[in-house]
Amino acid sequence: MTDQASLRFEGCGEEAADASRVRPGFWPVYLLLGIVFGFVLYRSEVLSWFRIQEMFHFQSFRMYGIIGSAVVTAAVSLSLLKRMKLKSVSGELISLPPKALGSGIRYLAGGAIFGLGWALTGACPGPLVALIGGGVSVMAVALVSALLGTWVYGWLRPRLPH
Amino acid sequence: MTSWLNGEWPWYVAGPAIGLLVPALAIAGNKAFGISSSLSHLCAAIAPGKIEYFRYDWRRAGLWNLVFLTGVLGGGFLAAHTGTVHSVAISDATKATLAQMGIHNFSGVAPQEIFTWHSLLTARGLILIVFGGFLVGFGTAYAAGCTSGHAISGLANFQLPSLIAVIGFFAGGLAASFFILPFVIGKL
Repeated sequence: MTDQASLRFEGCGEEAADASRVRPGFWPVYLLLGIVFGFVLYRSEVLSWFRIQEMFHFQSFRMYGIIGSAVVTAAVSLSLLKRMKLKSVSGELISLPPKALGSGIRYLAGGAIFGLGWALTGACPGPLVALIGGGVSVMAVALVSALLGTWVYGWLRPRLPH
Repeated sequence: MTSWLNGEWPWYVAGPAIGLLVPALAIAGNKAFGISSSLSHLCAAIAPGKIEYFRYDWRRAGLWNLVFLTGVLGGGFLAAHTGTVHSVAISDATKATLAQMGIHNFSGVAPQEIFTWHSLLTARGLILIVFGGFLVGFGTAYAAGCTSGHAISGLANFQLPSLIAVIGFFAGGLAASFFILPFVIGKL
């Protein structure tokens, strides 16, 4: 990858801009996987504000167990898939390109800003949506705020360090 | 069979279930598990304006994200309308910590003293729901990912940017939990 290309490799859309369009036949697959994720978020109580406070106060192993075992499961299965050089059902070689590091400041600063919001709302973006589905309807306001936050980032992006 | 499906899942069932979504999405279409990019796609779809960041083909890049997100909404609905109703069984230490801040109602998945329409326009509601939501959207876009994209699929893919981001998540989360929340909930 040239420097020029890595500089352009920044936006959320930019990364996937050359991805092939998902054929409508695959929509039910993504819908179903999304339902599974939302269901698990609820049953595991990962979407609970109470559980998030418990995690940040180090008062239970639970959330660390969930995130840790999710990472191990994903890492093992992903490296197996790569080693087998499998193609996805839609026909591409499974690759998952890494994000460009840059100076790294965006990950630390952006991460810390998100972390503040995570503890305040008690929800990251997935749980935010699952909570709305689960009946905590006021979270729709938090979701609209989150959209506004993302929009403001896009607006300020040329002036932020990356 | 139905009893484990209806109650609170232990961590060693929930974690691997979430982790398996990473290979499932890779197998389905070489997609990286991540939720927060949907926020960008929605901005690109609704109000791209003249902002370069939002000027891309969101249908091509992220329609699958939005279909997935619709599923998350449905999954939350499904889980809330099946199964047994119970309080989240947080530790006694957490209950004591939160009671000290001024949270006394531990029923439901989020404290009903704050996360209701009734409380939205109070100082607590505005800061936790409105301002908190804004930080989630701004921070995940700046960091190019959230818990799913960085902490789970990024770490599983051994990406240094994701490790830096996760350190950031905890720095911000600890600051909010230990310093901001006790003030906002206890004093405002």
